[in-house]
Amino acid sequence: MGIISSSASITRYKVDGKLEGSVMDVMAERLKKYTITEIDEESSDKSVGWTSFKTPFEPNFEGSSYVIGSLFVFSLRIDKKVIPPKVIQKHFQVAMTRRLKDSGREFLSRNEKKMVKDQVINVLSLRIPSTPNVYDLIWNYEEGVIWFFTNLKSANEELETFFSRTFRLTIIRLFPYTMAELTGELTSAEKDTLSKLNPTLFTE
Amino acid sequence: MLDVSVAYNRYKFIGDEFLTWLWFLIENNPDQILAHDPEIVAFDIGNRIVIENRVNDAKETISIKGDGAGLEEGLLALKKGGVVIELNLEFKTDQLEWQFSIKGEHLSVSGLKIPPTGAVESGDDVEGIVLEKTYLQEKVLKLIDKLFKSFLGIRLSSQWRENSVPDIKKWIQSSTDPNFK
Repeated sequence: MGIISSSASITRYKVDGKLEGSVMDVMAERLKKYTITEIDEESSDKSVGWTSFKTPFEPNFEGSSYVIGSLFVFSLRIDKKVIPPKVIQKHFQVAMTRRLKDSGREFLSRNEKKMVKDQVINVLSLRIPSTPNVYDLIWNYEEGVIWFFTNLKSANEELETFFSRTFRLTIIRLFPYTMAELTGELTSAEKDTLSKLNPTLFTE
Repeated sequence: MLDVSVAYNRYKFIGDEFLTWLWFLIENNPDQILAHDPEIVAFDIGNRIVIENRVNDAKETISIKGDGAGLEEGLLALKKGGVVIELNLEFKTDQLEWQFSIKGEHLSVSGLKIPPTGAVESGDDVEGIVLEKTYLQEKVLKLIDKLFKSFLGIRLSSQWRENSVPDIKKWIQSSTDPNFK
């Protein structure tokens, strides 16, 4: 459900502040530094990073590939490995049986069981490919506004954390209160009224 | 400014009241909506309204779905003390049409359908299509911003208590009670 999909979902943010130094240099350096890393051959179960809007599975931030008109356009990619619980259970049981047989014991301690389970998950994580989720993003740098192309709570939370880590700038999600405070051009008297507002009852 | 997560929950009702007010305007004073963008010739409820009634700590949700669905149930839910928490809206210019859903709690849009743009036939087309789509998507977001700003102007003034709320109450009463005058 991205920028060029037939149906889009958009969550908006206000960016607090500007990048320090040459904007283009800082953008290129940060996007390259925080590009998504592949985890398919690794035991990690999650990877979060920036990727190219046009080629999300071959990230490339060389030149001005992420600039369209006056906008920065790139994507947040979240790769996750999801191992079905029944698969973990099966391999855990097999590993437990083998461990008991090898040690000649009848029981394993809680810590030993946890170690076996962690080992099983590590081995399975190496074998299972990750599932990628790509969420497009448009950053209108001049206006200090971001459009993030999803309303998913988890993806928005990842964006808020990862954007701040990458660019050292805070982004504030726009919802009724922040829209009023940040874009409503309210007088101080109106802001005072806003802070004291309570719900209206439309019934007698 | 308040902590964002505190503010999100504390003032969630503002968005719901905005959507309720918007429905009232669509039914009673559509010209007030059209005045926000001279290119728009029609602005209407689309295929979904969700109303939530939170009176007495109980939460009741009524969803009305489907093209051309009757909205009487929705008005009855408002009469019982509900507010609109989600709306599907559509608007038209002379030749183009937009449709989207908006939730009161965050006022983000979803299911946004914009007028058709050129197809992406090669990599070179992408940038042009992005700019075209962005322009068309922005029309919706700008309209929401303008409408919300108008709403805030009223909501934060005495006009809300003195005019808007009595008018909305009257509309709810008259729509659900055939003997109401």
